[in-house]
Amino acid sequence: MRNLEEKLKNQARYDALFRRLAQAMGVLVILLVIGVFFTLVKESWPAIKAFGLRFLWTTTWDPINLEFGALPFLVGTLITSFLALAMATPFALAGAIFLGELAPPKVANPVSFVIELLAGIPSVIYGLWALFYLVPLVRYFQMKIGAPPYGLGLFTASLVLAIMILPYAMSVARDVIRLVPQDLKEAAYSLGATRWETIRHVVLPYARSGILAGIVLALGRALGETMAVTMVIGNRSAMPHSIWDLANTMASVIANEFTEATEDVHLAALVEIGLLLFIITVVVNLIARLVIIKTRVR
Amino acid sequence: MKVPYPIFRTEDLCAYYGDFMAIKHVTVSIPEHQVTAVMGPSGCGKTTFIRCLNRLHELLPGARITGKIYLRDEDILELDPIIVRRRVGMVFQRPNPFPTMTIYENVLAGYKLLGIRLKREEADRIVEDALRKAALWDEVKDVLHRRGTFLSGGQQQRLCIARALAVNPEVLLMDEPTSALDPKATLQIENLIVELKNTVTIVIVTHNMPQAGRISDYTAFFYMGELIEFGPTAEVFTNPKDPRTEEYLTGKFS
Repeated sequence: MRNLEEKLKNQARYDALFRRLAQAMGVLVILLVIGVFFTLVKESWPAIKAFGLRFLWTTTWDPINLEFGALPFLVGTLITSFLALAMATPFALAGAIFLGELAPPKVANPVSFVIELLAGIPSVIYGLWALFYLVPLVRYFQMKIGAPPYGLGLFTASLVLAIMILPYAMSVARDVIRLVPQDLKEAAYSLGATRWETIRHVVLPYARSGILAGIVLALGRALGETMAVTMVIGNRSAMPHSIWDLANTMASVIANEFTEATEDVHLAALVEIGLLLFIITVVVNLIARLVIIKTRVR
Repeated sequence: MKVPYPIFRTEDLCAYYGDFMAIKHVTVSIPEHQVTAVMGPSGCGKTTFIRCLNRLHELLPGARITGKIYLRDEDILELDPIIVRRRVGMVFQRPNPFPTMTIYENVLAGYKLLGIRLKREEADRIVEDALRKAALWDEVKDVLHRRGTFLSGGQQQRLCIARALAVNPEVLLMDEPTSALDPKATLQIENLIVELKNTVTIVIVTHNMPQAGRISDYTAFFYMGELIEFGPTAEVFTNPKDPRTEEYLTGKFS
């Protein structure tokens, strides 16, 4: 009996220790985020002081005369990300419906596995592939329609981004489509609904929240994607006027110029772009949370 | 045995899951405007049997049916399954109203899912009619445009009954419709079933012997995929012909 009491006392001590440890880890994560934020603010301070809010809407990016405005990169990031999302979403949805609802397990399982593999390919490999394969393809297309045949540019970057985020959006959507209860589908079939009517009116509305979450997750990836985009976007720091233009995104301009920035203000301006990207990513994630809460079934 | 006015008639019906034979050579007639209880121990094939009657069985991968099933002299295995399911409605074990639809939309789901457009007055009439038949109208008439999921389990199940009745089926299949409900809700559904048999033929799978005794006119007893006994409920209960039926009824196995 004494033994047992002793043991229980020890157990309680271990429990308390474990709880503290878990708590500490939780706090650490929050501290890390705050730390990153403050570092970005501190390092970008010279640029914030020099350009103020003007930084957000002026279009001149001139490292020689040390005049910096970030609008071209904001625009580049938003255009490539949303264009990629628009291109990827229909395919992601169709693929997810096929894998989650239509395909027999013998087909769905290996295909799903390949899609998860796609998500794991390093982005530099996507970039290389895009340079060797997509760029000539886009150039050929541009010549056909009479656009400037750069091959590189906003459109190509969007295309490679779309391919990169497709597996994310698709596998999340497939997972939530699989979670739709069988008895709801059977209820639809028992009322005489066809497979498509069941998918359209029962499966998709039920899975809507999860599908949207997957799309926003994919958007988050697209906003921050650096390597593959830097390789094919053309790296031109001016305001783009069409989707065939060479351009830069926030991430690609940082990657391109960070090692060459010798002036303090130039470096600070690049860090400020990083700060903006950080804020945009946080906001997108917050919106995603809101969307999920607002559209959740029940 | 022969029944007067059969609505369903199966001939040598067999149902399979892959290689497993779940229903073995069942030949039976189900009388119109009566409540037929399908009973038997777990895994005896009673749910599979009723899922053959609206061709829901064949939706499962590897499932198939052989034999004949006549619905008023038409072989339903030759008909379009969509048509069959419009004529033969179903209520499931757990209440399953569509959580993304309101009560109103749930009742009209049989039209909405198929893209059938209704005039406003007609839709209102169908909803009220179906909910009245399901004895739910008075409880939900003021909340028709709220989601159905806040209702109690028994109310949800009656909503599912209204949803099935709204397309005017000839037969209503019920798969243990009260097994997830409390005694009060169960009693309400039982009373409802007895009332409904004036408008629709009911085939109900039940585990609950007193329930079968209270509400059914005919009883079919299944054992290991075979139909062992079929007849008027009073007869099957008081004077079973097969020893296995008697053993089941006296609780020797379940």
